[in-house]
Amino acid sequence: MTGAQPTGRWVIALSLLCAFLLSGMTWPGGLDRFRPDWVAMVLIYWCMALPHRVGIGVGWGVGLFLDVGRGGLLGQHALALAIVAYLTLQAYQRIRVAPLWQQTFSVLVLLAIERILIFWISGVIGYPPQDWWYLAPAVGGMVLWPLLFIILRDVRRYFQVS
Amino acid sequence: MADLKPSRRIRHLFAVNPTAVLQLGLWGALSIALMTVDHRYHGLDGVRDVLATAIYPLHVLVRLPTDAHNWLTEKWASRSVLLEENARLREKQILLNVQLQKLTTLEAENRRLRSLLESAVNTPERVLIAELLAVDFDPYRHHILLNRGRQHGLYVGQPVLDQHGVIGQIIRADLLTSTAILITDPNHALPIQINRTGVRTLALGTGRLQELELPHIPHNEDVKVGDVLVTSGMGGRFPRGYPVGTVTAVEFDPGSPFARIIAKPAAQLDRIREVMLLDSEPPLMAPDSSGAVAAWTP
Repeated sequence: MTGAQPTGRWVIALSLLCAFLLSGMTWPGGLDRFRPDWVAMVLIYWCMALPHRVGIGVGWGVGLFLDVGRGGLLGQHALALAIVAYLTLQAYQRIRVAPLWQQTFSVLVLLAIERILIFWISGVIGYPPQDWWYLAPAVGGMVLWPLLFIILRDVRRYFQVS
Repeated sequence: MADLKPSRRIRHLFAVNPTAVLQLGLWGALSIALMTVDHRYHGLDGVRDVLATAIYPLHVLVRLPTDAHNWLTEKWASRSVLLEENARLREKQILLNVQLQKLTTLEAENRRLRSLLESAVNTPERVLIAELLAVDFDPYRHHILLNRGRQHGLYVGQPVLDQHGVIGQIIRADLLTSTAILITDPNHALPIQINRTGVRTLALGTGRLQELELPHIPHNEDVKVGDVLVTSGMGGRFPRGYPVGTVTAVEFDPGSPFARIIAKPAAQLDRIREVMLLDSEPPLMAPDSSGAVAAWTP
């Protein structure tokens, strides 16, 4: 493994693309409030699994695409995801040794920070959140984290992305 | 075992990126600069245009399952269902035709009366259909993304409607897509008129899809639950007379100088799939220009 060239760049890119597509699909009825930030979750996974490859710059770039795709303020998701990537990089050693169910709490905190950052920026430009529902996607993300983690881990092992 | 250097894998286990803070500072500063330029000066429309065009295939991809489902349903619909639908549509068309005849007479009469009064005649508008691509993540910011752009003749300020009433207006027209703001967005105000009494006011967005607020109506004004609101044509963005909503609550608080009036939008804002864009360029000006209000200011 010494000096091996980084492989599977396309796997990372494709997983982020899938997350981007998923995030555009609405959930039925009242569940839609809990629709998680798929992109943030996939980003957290890769930052945790491959901290030497996926980091702040990737988070920022992906966030910019989200901003364009959703027609929001340019740089809003970019800033939030860059900060989430940074926090994950700082804590990945502690998070990834924990059992999966304990990881979900760390992920909840990271996703909640992302939501708070986004809504803080929205508040600055004149759209303050009116209730606490804006944190619901973080809860949705927490519930779905084990599933996503297992899928992405298997994908990473299968394609030997390191 | 000559190689005593720790393997790449081991090194990565304990690696702490020394430049992380620096990177964060750089990217953070860049995004703050971007947001400022985008929000205050709208100086990034070119960049956004390019990126939005690049991203367009992804939107098509997201819609693919729905589109495929619709296509398949249509393709495999049984003959009897189609015949039934056909019959129903024909019936509806006859009904609409009868109503249209009446409308034509009314329109001619209206035109004649208006020419007698020498006031501006409403020019007929061209209508363009667009489909919804995405809804803003932010549940409090009511923006929607449509699959038509500048290339199809859309322009900023263009009124957007559905079959029941006013939805909103275009606030950004990219090459292939465009963003519309809904009338319930907290930053949107729509000049309206109460159809029964003719009182002019604004319909302010509240951030809730089922609520509009009518400010500055004194207690003694004649407003009742069930009153229909229509666009007043003030501000020159929206043509006159399109349905906006109905009044659902009128509350009188003796402590406040104005009544609290809540209306429900006529358009089904939570079920938008296809929208109609009115092409009324040059903007229709209201016949009487007293107290004109800009419908939306960036």
